[in-house]
Amino acid sequence: MSDTRSLREREKLIFEASSPGRVGYQLPTLDVPAADPAATIPAASLRGEIAELPEVSEVDVVRHFTRLSKWNYSVDEGLYPLGSCTMKYNPRINEEVVRLAGIAHLHPLQPVDLVQGALALMWELEQALIAVTGMARVTLQPAAGAHGELTGMLMIRKALQARGEHRKVVLIPDSAHGTNPATAVFAGFEVVEIASNEQGTLDLEPVRTHLDGGNVAALMATVPNTLGVFEPEIARLAGMLHEKGAFLYMDGANLNAFVGVAQPGKMGADALHINLHKTFSTPHGGGGPGAGPVAVSQALVPFLPVPTVEKSGDRFDLVHDHPATIGKVRGFYGNFGMLVRALAYIRSMGGAGLKAMTEGAVLNANYIRKSLEGIYNLKYTGPSLHEVVFDDSRQAEKGVHNIDIAKRLLDYGFHPPTMSFPLIVHGALMIEPTESEGIQELDAFIEAMKAIALEAEENPEMLHGAPYTTPVRRLDEVRAARQPVLRWQRPRE
Amino acid sequence: MHRYLAGADDNRRMLEKVGCSSVEELFASLPAEVRCGPLDLPPGRSEEEVRREFWALAGKNLTTECSVCFLGAGVYRHVQPAVADALLQRGEFFTAYTPYQPEVAQGTLQAIFEFQTYVCQLTELDVANASMYDGATAVVEAALLARRALPGRSRVAVAGSLHPDYNAVLRTYAEAQGIALTEVGWDAAGRLDAASLASALGPDVCAVIVQSPNVFGVVEDLASVGATAKAAGALAVQAVAEATSLGVLAPGGRFGFDVVCGELQAFGIPAAFGGPHLGFFAARQNHLRQMPGRLVGETVDAEGKRAFVLTLSTREQHIRRAKATSNICTNHGLMALAATMVLSLLGKKGVREVALASHSVAEYLKAGVRGPGSGVRLAFPEGPTYNEFLVLHDDPEGLLARMQKELILGGVATTRLGTDLPRGILIAATERNTREECDRLLDALRRLA
Amino acid sequence: MTQPADRMYSRTHEWALLAGDVVTVGITQFAQEQLGDVVFVELPAVGAAVAPGKAAGNIESVKAVSEVFSPVAGEVIEVNTALEGHPELINKEPFGEGWLMRVRVVAGAAAGLMDAAAYETFLAEEGH
Repeated sequence: MSDTRSLREREKLIFEASSPGRVGYQLPTLDVPAADPAATIPAASLRGEIAELPEVSEVDVVRHFTRLSKWNYSVDEGLYPLGSCTMKYNPRINEEVVRLAGIAHLHPLQPVDLVQGALALMWELEQALIAVTGMARVTLQPAAGAHGELTGMLMIRKALQARGEHRKVVLIPDSAHGTNPATAVFAGFEVVEIASNEQGTLDLEPVRTHLDGGNVAALMATVPNTLGVFEPEIARLAGMLHEKGAFLYMDGANLNAFVGVAQPGKMGADALHINLHKTFSTPHGGGGPGAGPVAVSQALVPFLPVPTVEKSGDRFDLVHDHPATIGKVRGFYGNFGMLVRALAYIRSMGGAGLKAMTEGAVLNANYIRKSLEGIYNLKYTGPSLHEVVFDDSRQAEKGVHNIDIAKRLLDYGFHPPTMSFPLIVHGALMIEPTESEGIQELDAFIEAMKAIALEAEENPEMLHGAPYTTPVRRLDEVRAARQPVLRWQRPRE
Repeated sequence: MHRYLAGADDNRRMLEKVGCSSVEELFASLPAEVRCGPLDLPPGRSEEEVRREFWALAGKNLTTECSVCFLGAGVYRHVQPAVADALLQRGEFFTAYTPYQPEVAQGTLQAIFEFQTYVCQLTELDVANASMYDGATAVVEAALLARRALPGRSRVAVAGSLHPDYNAVLRTYAEAQGIALTEVGWDAAGRLDAASLASALGPDVCAVIVQSPNVFGVVEDLASVGATAKAAGALAVQAVAEATSLGVLAPGGRFGFDVVCGELQAFGIPAAFGGPHLGFFAARQNHLRQMPGRLVGETVDAEGKRAFVLTLSTREQHIRRAKATSNICTNHGLMALAATMVLSLLGKKGVREVALASHSVAEYLKAGVRGPGSGVRLAFPEGPTYNEFLVLHDDPEGLLARMQKELILGGVATTRLGTDLPRGILIAATERNTREECDRLLDALRRLA
Repeated sequence: MTQPADRMYSRTHEWALLAGDVVTVGITQFAQEQLGDVVFVELPAVGAAVAPGKAAGNIESVKAVSEVFSPVAGEVIEVNTALEGHPELINKEPFGEGWLMRVRVVAGAAAGLMDAAAYETFLAEEGH
């Protein structure tokens, strides 16, 4: 039976499926004379066929990628409770409208009178995000959340420079996502970590102490924080920062916890990135593309990246003439396709629908919290918004760690929660169900988590070997890192 | 209730379990001063109404598919196989996240591994990452890598013929990172000026960044640029804005370049008004630990089966935080998947044929422009080009506007790119342009220029 | 856990083995256990100056990076190149083949370090 295959059998690499003479394309007939590159381009600058590229048919390609797709878990398949990642349903209508020819097939350098619809769409999205956040303006350019963070921090840097100040310090709570410190450094700042209090939130005092030094440019805070807990002092923190000439950068990764209920503008934020692929349903795509528009307060408007989309009467324009701008942060104008999807989502939900979205997300998280409390440890017990962070300390007594729980969840048919942060919770299990789930799916997840807790009591050894039913078993990550093999190469004969 | 949300009975039962009489109670931790009233947004719409609105918006744009299009300048209209978009729309691909749980993400992981392989093959370099945001940010990451690799050197010599958007983004980042930029001019053939390069180099230069084909479409002498950079102790970086050129042009990897990076949009990604596109980044083996972005590696599972996993992640922000090689978190995974499919379909024969056909169409146009009475003239008659070239004109936007009335998108005015480039029009051709389209363009130039 | 008695120990879990004015440096059994499987080691260049409290290099496991400190001040005269291809030596023989570097020191460089018994007590006090 060695030549037969089963659905658990792995798919070869496309290069290994190559067979000489196969093609998967046909170009239009070339009706101009064929030009020999060697006639005009120096021979040393030319290459021949790339020998290692595969030769496969269209059918080969369809089968290959269809099979590969079946090895993935996805939101379309079920609950995907990765905390902080907001894996909500990605509506199909968004996919339909983004593929309209008048949207997908627009060149960014067409004359602006031929793309008035595209500019109108961007302008509409900016207005919608202003309505949601209560901020002054929004740039749609950043390609992802971390890119938005950088854009926001560069604006803060520029605003300080405009005042003739060169403050170096950015305060970041110890509960922050890793992109925050990385971004602050890339924007040319130094990071000072602020310890969270016993509730996992921020106190005024440590921030005040640092502010007294006069060298603080900004505080980067996630609201609600990575525990899913609202920062109760955020407005007062903003006031303190502003009084000392510093800025509040708000990480909007968790914006979906309060859309329609509260606004960053009212919290005193100066810059806030919005992960359209979280709050506004654009697909995660197996790791991007995302989109990370940045909303800013009036104080940062002059420093927005160029170009901005401006409306005058019924006409829209791309405007580059902003003397204090930080410049450009990427090519062209943003991940337009993601902007289209986000606007389609906002239109589908409407104002009341977005609030219902928030309420659904928070209710679902609290339902899971209530159902698993006492079974998994809850280190920080402040009120949960859209996510809840348990830890493995009860199970660890039996030698079972969050990784084991996560891998076992795969056997129960669920994607595991986030485990890599917040760093203030050892053995974290950060669960974010999103509003997309009904009670049956949540109950099934809760039952799985309970069953695993029981297994941890009765048969901890078994959990170390999980998963058992997935296309591949636990991987040798040490080998991958010790002897990196990062590309296919034709085996030597 | 809403079609994307759970129902009233779900909510009632959950509230009961949570012990609240209303959802409002769950927000008690939010103080009054941060609360807002109803959002100033239109009410939720049906699918039909959403469709209607977007059809109307789309109708206010002229799509490149309903015109004669010779636009390029970093975004190209090449073959877009039906297969790629159809497969991309499988929810298993586009509704999955970054493959942090490799046991249930082998599809995404294997596809990225194949993508990394393609990028290595195209660039003749050792390692490639899982993709970047776009060409401009990829070039920035190359400059940052060079600075990390050569501590103490903080100047980058950058070709003035680099795509102006790439250049602008590099300026934005360089300012914050304390990297000084020295621009290197071009010569009469539109190539990097050797004297200008020599005078830009010095012991503080960590990288030489050259684009080939450059923004004028001119193919650079990479062997010479690479050797000059190396002699000065700097890393050599090639930016690529038109990736199909790699089907006929020898890449920087062949000439000892340290990094080849840029934009792969040309391999099947729709123009989409500028994004999402597909940045790529490849480097020599000795820069592996300094690579930005995600990497997928091969390993085995507990049963010894080949499998793929994100690896070397200690370089990244979620572990190294403030000391990470880059702050990037997501890549452009779905776009990388699209390009992987298109490269698979094209394969050994097609990658070359697309390039040869594009070059042929461009040469046909160039011959027409060289002819008597063409209305315009080549900016760099001696510069070898792949599929794009610059023609000089004093009022490029006016000329394009006149052609546009005949549904001809004749090229990109260099004045649109907002820099000190010679005034004129960049004309790009691909295998999708027919002889008839070329003749219409040449005719329009003759009459309207 | 027994610590070799022929060497001195730091509070950041490095060991120092003195032979004349040359000190061999490595990490302890305890430290390698905490790290887990080592996948990559970044060591200082030969000729570099090292000093206590100043990071001299990095040791990486799959999901963590730890800085290595030299317990003594001096000049690096040799690094363990075998670790390039075989970082697992640190896990297998932290006190032997998994050594990190050799440092030329001035007299009295080992002041402030603990002997094996003191390090054992230190570990116990830290709750390990």
